Amino acid sequence: MRLRNVVVGIAGALSLIGGAIAADPIKVGLLEDVSGDLGLLGKPKLNGSLLAVEEINKAGGIMGRKIELIHLDPQGDNARYQEFARRLVSKDKVDVLIGGITSASREAVRPIMDRTDTLYIYTNQYEGGVCDAGMISNGAVPEQQFSTLIPYMIATYGKKVYTIAADYNFGQISAEWNRKLVKEQGGTVVGEEFIPLGVSQFAQTIQNIQKAKPDWLLTINVGAAQDSFFEQAAAAKLGLPMASSIKIMLGFEHKRFAPPALYRMNAVANWFEELDTPEAEDFKKRWHAKFPKEQYINDMGYNAYVALYQYKMLVEKAKSTKLSDIRKVIATGKACVTAPEGEVCIDPKSQHTSHRMRMVTVDEKHNVKVIKDFGVIQPYWLGEIGCDLTKKNDKKQYTPSELPSK
Amino acid sequence: MLAEIFSFLYQFADVFAFLILASAGLAIVFGMMGVINMAHGEFIMCGAYVTVGLVNAGFPLIVAQACATIAAALIGVLVEVAIVRKLYKRPLDSLLATWGLSLIVTQGMLLIFGGSMSGPGTPPGSFTVGDYTFSVYRLILFAAAIGVIGFIYLVFMRTKFGVYARATMQNAPIAQALGVRVGRIYALSFGIGAGLAGLCGALYAPTMTLIPTMGATFIVESFVTVVVGGSNVLLGTTPAGVLLAVIRSGLNAWGGQIIGQIGMLIAVILIIRILPEGISSYVARWLSASEKSKS
Repeated sequence: MRLRNVVVGIAGALSLIGGAIAADPIKVGLLEDVSGDLGLLGKPKLNGSLLAVEEINKAGGIMGRKIELIHLDPQGDNARYQEFARRLVSKDKVDVLIGGITSASREAVRPIMDRTDTLYIYTNQYEGGVCDAGMISNGAVPEQQFSTLIPYMIATYGKKVYTIAADYNFGQISAEWNRKLVKEQGGTVVGEEFIPLGVSQFAQTIQNIQKAKPDWLLTINVGAAQDSFFEQAAAAKLGLPMASSIKIMLGFEHKRFAPPALYRMNAVANWFEELDTPEAEDFKKRWHAKFPKEQYINDMGYNAYVALYQYKMLVEKAKSTKLSDIRKVIATGKACVTAPEGEVCIDPKSQHTSHRMRMVTVDEKHNVKVIKDFGVIQPYWLGEIGCDLTKKNDKKQYTPSELPSK
Repeated sequence: MLAEIFSFLYQFADVFAFLILASAGLAIVFGMMGVINMAHGEFIMCGAYVTVGLVNAGFPLIVAQACATIAAALIGVLVEVAIVRKLYKRPLDSLLATWGLSLIVTQGMLLIFGGSMSGPGTPPGSFTVGDYTFSVYRLILFAAAIGVIGFIYLVFMRTKFGVYARATMQNAPIAQALGVRVGRIYALSFGIGAGLAGLCGALYAPTMTLIPTMGATFIVESFVTVVVGGSNVLLGTTPAGVLLAVIRSGLNAWGGQIIGQIGMLIAVILIIRILPEGISSYVARWLSASEKSKS
């Protein structure tokens, strides 16, 4: 025991002297579901993280320090998310925590991270509105997805919308965004149905939709069970155009279901595997070389990959892994990296990420086509409603009906 | 109006088929044999995976479904002989053992086959009534549910095996004393239960996303139906299926899926409170009382 203390002491002294040469690794905690109802969507997140860590370590790590990735699989269980987040922070002493798929898991982890000085990066597209200095969001948010998608759907297909949404915060708040935007465009939501996670039978829902006679559907159903909707709707010849913030690029339903189940599905995304710019092609080549069995590189897998490069950039600019130092870098407004989609920057007010957004549609044979390029869209909504993390840490999630008190 | 009535009947048939197909196998294993089979969902998953595997290998859907049912039944016999047989007198241990089996199987499938398998797609065919379009395949599912009830009736009420099986479930030592090969009866009954679970998976495979944990989506409905039904498959599970399907499809139509699910679970709590032994004990008592009054 005593001998070990001496050795540790010497090693510590040496590392102080040696500096970068004997540097400890930077520990990155990763919470991603790779089993359970969301496992098939979460696996690419783990793979994206592994690819980024391998590339960064090969190129010399972050400020000469290697990244050590500690991945735990919470299996879609929010209680496990909390348990593992606590473990990673207090026992493994990670420098940064990345991950979480559902908004429920993010909201389970966020209060725990708020009590620490450890940065948390959430890498999914989501319903937006989290104003929290301890968190960086690098996925797309409603002003980047719905604000472009819904006006297009109304102009192209008609004013009557029917929403089917997963019954938890993501589905509820996304449906609220839809109501707001549809109303602004002069349309009507003719029906809304919230579905408990894990439900797989949709005969009644299909009939309810036919009764309401909408022009198009907003499908923000979540998970493998709820995705059975597409197959069952196709079998019943529902045949309506659809829009979503999570289909195609996230759930690759067009690869998982036999055509034409996803025919006329429209989505706006910062990443989808069919993106064919030279940078994207190069990225896909590296990914498939490392993971030849990957069915589809989805947007959250891509975001997980970009997140590590964003973290590297932040730490290297801050010359520190401390949250307060990293936030000083974000406050300059120059926290940008060049990602496969193009340059993405972290917005100082909301700590959300700007993205190059494109609209895609699925044809009868399930080919994905880009139909519109919106260019770079800033995550402006939180800033507009009064969230400014450079001045005040709200630690809250806002929605169109729950705005900050002035 | 006609379309509305047909739509309601169709929805009822759809929910009824789901409840009966999901619970038939469990009703035999849990209801009759008293084994709480936590791996029930995995037998369903097995049926679905074998079906899709064979369809992808070029077999016609119906052949694949038949093979999947037989495969699940054979695996069921193996599981009975290897694990469940030693635990008949120890219900909690059998619960734990089958739960462990379920975890091993779902994680094993995840490691071997990955996160999901793409399905063959629902067989085409739809028809229109009024404003609504319906899938023909959902009616086939309903017919299959009726067929399963008929099959259980024939096997357990009209064959020698059925008599032996019921005698064994009632009192195994006496049945054995009378020359019934109890071990074989148990293995076969468990095999039939597993086979029916496999059939459920095989029938729903074209309509669902195939993931290793897909059995879980059937589990709540199957246990609920069996618990409400009670120990007698024919007198219990079928009326339980009808009752729960009426409640659920009615509430689904009125207030959407959440209300449907909540309403069904509340109904289950009330039924268990009033009829702790399930519907079948009530029906059995009513039948024997009416027979007494006749004589």
